[in-house]
Amino acid sequence: MKMTGAKILIESLKKEGVDIIFGYPGGQVLPIFDQLYDAPIKLMLTRHEQGAAHAADGYARATGKTGVCLATSGPGATNLVTGIATAYMDSIPMVAITGQVKSFLIGNDAFQEADITGITRPITKHNYLVEDIKDLAKVIKEAFHIASTGRPGPVLIDIPSDIQMQETEFSYPEKVDMRGYKPTYEGHPGQIKRAAKAISDSKRPILYVGGGAIISNASEEVRELAITNDIPVTMTLLGLGAFPATHRLALGMLGMHGTAYANHSIMESDLIIAVGARFDDRVTGKLDEFAPHAKVIHIDIDPASVSKNVDVDIPIVGDVKTILKKLNKAVKKPDTKDWIARVEDWRNKHPAIRPQYVVEQIYEATKGNAIITTEVGQNQMWAAQFYKFMKPRTMISSGGLGTMGYGFPAAIGAQVGCPDEVVFDIAGDGSIQMNIQELATAVINKLPIKIAILNNCCLGMVRQWQELFYKKRYSYTGLCYDSPDFVKLAESYGAVGMKITKKKDVRPAIENAIKTKNVVVMDFRVVEGENVFPMVPAGGVINKMLGVDGLA
Amino acid sequence: MKHTISVLVENKFGVLARIAGLFSARGFNIDSLAVGPTEDPSVSRMTIVSKGDDKTLEQIKKQLNKLIDVIKVVDFKEGEFVDRELVLIRIAINTKNRKEALEVIDASGAKVANAGSKSISIEAAGDQNSIKDLLELLKPFGILEVVRTGRIAMGIDERILKADGKPEVNE
Repeated sequence: MKMTGAKILIESLKKEGVDIIFGYPGGQVLPIFDQLYDAPIKLMLTRHEQGAAHAADGYARATGKTGVCLATSGPGATNLVTGIATAYMDSIPMVAITGQVKSFLIGNDAFQEADITGITRPITKHNYLVEDIKDLAKVIKEAFHIASTGRPGPVLIDIPSDIQMQETEFSYPEKVDMRGYKPTYEGHPGQIKRAAKAISDSKRPILYVGGGAIISNASEEVRELAITNDIPVTMTLLGLGAFPATHRLALGMLGMHGTAYANHSIMESDLIIAVGARFDDRVTGKLDEFAPHAKVIHIDIDPASVSKNVDVDIPIVGDVKTILKKLNKAVKKPDTKDWIARVEDWRNKHPAIRPQYVVEQIYEATKGNAIITTEVGQNQMWAAQFYKFMKPRTMISSGGLGTMGYGFPAAIGAQVGCPDEVVFDIAGDGSIQMNIQELATAVINKLPIKIAILNNCCLGMVRQWQELFYKKRYSYTGLCYDSPDFVKLAESYGAVGMKITKKKDVRPAIENAIKTKNVVVMDFRVVEGENVFPMVPAGGVINKMLGVDGLA
Repeated sequence: MKHTISVLVENKFGVLARIAGLFSARGFNIDSLAVGPTEDPSVSRMTIVSKGDDKTLEQIKKQLNKLIDVIKVVDFKEGEFVDRELVLIRIAINTKNRKEALEVIDASGAKVANAGSKSISIEAAGDQNSIKDLLELLKPFGILEVVRTGRIAMGIDERILKADGKPEVNE
């Protein structure tokens, strides 16, 4: 059957099982929006294209499905860029669709023209400029395949508006065959055997679990490996939720703001079992002195992540879940009794310090069952430290790129994907103002998201660095005289606003918010000048932490 | 250390930009890059000469392999390949040394591409060392311009690089 390009796009999205798109209209996507007017696919209209990209990302993280966002050419497309880069850094499956000026105008500096495939080349897994209507269906098929397989990531499809209007015969390809793209899933059997032996022979093993374990849906396998063999587990920011935080073997997050006991444990370990993690600089600190006694097993689907930062003794390239299943069968339980006792000792000596009461109370009130998104900065680290994540896909945070303004639109995506869950955005007074316009999206679409602003009247994380490393010269990090009245602001959008200034009101406010069937903005007036500890100064050795008694 | 890398890529719009962009974004160095179609019109072949330690080269190979449009990557080892480069050199001459220049060119095995009254354009193909030697030899005449294509290379013996052949083992 002959169809226009815009219709082919909609039909192809249906074939991919897409039922929601996050987007914003504009001149060069009018034919697509015309199709969406009566298509069975819902478009959620955000108030800014960046919000659409983050919402698609949050939807993908919460559900495991590929998120889709849509924007017009030029400024619409460039507004997606931060959201695409965020998804790229954290390996999130996303398809971004942009309109482009008409084919014959490309390169002419036409109105609202931007070379978006050129701009997004280094922040997409792959991208396409559709030059021929006959390629469109194949391109969409490939884009969804690339985005969701191997190490997932965002793929952008740029479609000139004349191609959206041209017609061709529609047939959606059944299969994809790209000779340049064949991800490895199985894992080398010899390497798995070697890894099993290394674990069996180890005395001080530690599991270091990253976002790859969540993406691969491998939390059950991680649990089995850890619990059956008595191996302590530390997680990266993106790995939180892969292993239940309250389990006796859980050490919490490691790295710059990791727990003291996680950092000590990995430094003293004789075997690191890295699972879907990439030894990022926020995790390892000073590389030369990172875990000096440890052998390293690295399980990852991306060969380029292996031996990139840390030399690996036993690399296993493939899907984390598939490999862990095989590994679990092959491992003989090592004797880790003394090691576990040592780890316990660290844990008792250095309990987590200066709890952030608001985050703890959110945990208590939700019993760890909520989906938590975060902005970036102190709010993010306190969420990671003080909310006990029990399940995969409940911690949704911009890890690699560190995008302020991520949390709220991501919460929108998460709430759309998981309508029955309670979704909290743990925010700061700085970050929340970076995508506050999405209050309209959340209210209109009846998404009962709870925004907990830890309002300390400053850009807290930057202020913390200024305090510790820039002689307390607080250059442009104070906010309070400029911040809006968040209660009035919430109300003007039709949301519920609350201002909480006393400790005794914290828990009731949270309970009240959970009961409220509307968007709730909670302005928690917390003390100024509270810092995130422990802290490893950038480039420092990770067991030399600030803010831990007797250890600094 | 210098490495000669052959890359088979889809013969598509924008692929060169992807490769060049990868090198600049990740801080890898490119000494030269030559590209052209192959016996299969859907495949282009690039020869990239790059400098770096073993770890960097391993990353270059892996990152290249991650690009969807890259079909195969080979980092040639010493003695496993032949390489050539084409160079055009223009030297200054005058009525006095014209004959001498033509003799030197002839003896060196290079060819005259164009001979004028004030300059001669010379074409030569060879490996890195032979081109270096030729440039030294011509220096006394006064070199006006040099244009080089960059190195191209292919494996010898059983090393045939084909898009549909057995995949190269990486890892």
